[in-house]
Amino acid sequence: MNNISRRRITATLALGASGVATLIGLAFLAAILWTLFSRGIVGLSWSVFTQTTPAPGSSGGLLNAIYGSLVMTLLGVLIGGPIGILAATYLSEYGRTARLSTVIRFINDVLLSAPSIVIGLFVYTLMVVPMGHFSALAGAVSLAIIVIPVTVRTAEDMLRLIPQTMRHASAALGAQPWRTITSIVYPAARSGLLTGVLLALARVSGETAPLLFTALNNQFWNANLNQPMANLPVVIFQFATSPYKNWQSLAWAGALLITLFVLFLSIIARLISSMFGSRESRVE
Amino acid sequence: MSAITIPYHPQLKREARSEWVFRGLTVASAALVLILLAGVLIALCYGGWPALRTFQFGFLTHEVWNPVTDQFGALAPLYGTVITSLIAMLIAVPLAFGIAVFLTETCPLWLRGPIATCIELLAAVPSIVFGIWGLFVLAPILQHSVQPWVIGTFGDLPWIGKLFRGPPYGIGLMTAGLVLAVMVLPFITSVMREVFLATPSSLKEAAYALGATQWEVVWDVVLSNSRAGIIGGMMLGLGRALGETMAVTFVVGNAHRISTSLLAPGTTISASIANEFTEAVGVLYTSSLIALGLLLFVLTFTIIAAARLLLLQIERRGARV
Repeated sequence: MNNISRRRITATLALGASGVATLIGLAFLAAILWTLFSRGIVGLSWSVFTQTTPAPGSSGGLLNAIYGSLVMTLLGVLIGGPIGILAATYLSEYGRTARLSTVIRFINDVLLSAPSIVIGLFVYTLMVVPMGHFSALAGAVSLAIIVIPVTVRTAEDMLRLIPQTMRHASAALGAQPWRTITSIVYPAARSGLLTGVLLALARVSGETAPLLFTALNNQFWNANLNQPMANLPVVIFQFATSPYKNWQSLAWAGALLITLFVLFLSIIARLISSMFGSRESRVE
Repeated sequence: MSAITIPYHPQLKREARSEWVFRGLTVASAALVLILLAGVLIALCYGGWPALRTFQFGFLTHEVWNPVTDQFGALAPLYGTVITSLIAMLIAVPLAFGIAVFLTETCPLWLRGPIATCIELLAAVPSIVFGIWGLFVLAPILQHSVQPWVIGTFGDLPWIGKLFRGPPYGIGLMTAGLVLAVMVLPFITSVMREVFLATPSSLKEAAYALGATQWEVVWDVVLSNSRAGIIGGMMLGLGRALGETMAVTFVVGNAHRISTSLLAPGTTISASIANEFTEAVGVLYTSSLIALGLLLFVLTFTIIAAARLLLLQIERRGARV
């Protein structure tokens, strides 16, 4: 066999292997989604949305957990989102070239990938120990801490897309920087900022680790932010590792709900960002 | 007339004050990012201090983890964390490389977007879903089909045989590594794809003009041109694998011991914290778990910071990662 045909065969085999690698990756996604749907739909019924978490063996739903998850993720995004956007505003508008900004960007990127369970420990020592009890508020704060770096990253990227000429035009009319930012830059970047917040929401709605020892869990209905509150991820964790069949089936239903919610948010965010500009939004 | 009085208009004063307030808010928010990092470090040091003072350096070198006698050593979870992450990298890096090559070279153009989106969707699946999938689907398959075969085939080999002995539990370090591999796959793939795309096409065209095959262009031109980016992406994936909690907690087996076999149950830092923290009684137990958290944070911080620095250098050179 001559040299050229050996090189050709190597090329075909290697590129073929890359196709196989892609198939393996897609197969994992398909396997996970298929299991999730086939087992989740079995457990899904009206009572999931109308009843609270049951004792082992009796019937029930996930109402309190769904409510808790919604409250805590929304509160987390309400706290973390504005802070993240304001920080991104500093990075993109006031301190674009400042040395401090380089440091903040770097630290923010590190926080973005920091283990979320460590954030849980942080909020535990910061809030749960001084307050003396677990609470939904502590859960929301730990989620907010995860929301901040995600929002800072995407919001800064989006604000930087706004052309400088718009800022100059506004400044030429005599507007102070804050007026330029709030009346010109923010509206122009509106859909981009929304994408960032949606991605952050998607990121935290599946978070379990930071809630384990901040919001804890609650078997009963609770709307008091100062008390432990049930939430889907922790309920799924507890129910899935239990030996009871009805709990396991509810865990699958909950997992399906969370995944659908997160995928829905990611797709919406993707649609908004593709309408907004050519840059792809990142899943990070 | 009125134009002359404008500088003294009270509204201008208000504008200036608003400017001061708004700017202050943005600076404070940006500073909060730094404060958060410092706060996490301080809180973990403070919480873990009792354990670190009691066990000192032995905390890192002792395997015993006994809540009854108040003896705590981090060696077993540390070992589990490192081993599961290494297994994950061994599986995920070649796969990610293959997918990135496929997406940038072989794949028909119209299919690239959809496949890339699918791989990225893998990153959107919550980690707890990977956990229950690993426990209820992957672990039984491994236990009944894969692991018996692995034990039979490799268990008797000299040297490496030790890694594949013992009963097939299904759950264990190997399973955790496999689940982690699937989880970090999209992150490594997306970084690799972006650095591949950043390879100047003039370089590739030059290689083609010299008669290189498509594979030789990928291996000799694209790969060597994006080495730093690939290492950065790998370390980013490693940082995630080290800190991943829920998926690992489901499948690692939660046994505080170091076994030579990769198929045996073990534990990781994050799984120990997730499992034991709310049930920990006594100052020393809680504090040991927080000290574990500190160890994990320092470990991931170092790796992620190094990865970001590498990627930052490439970004400076022109390609935006």
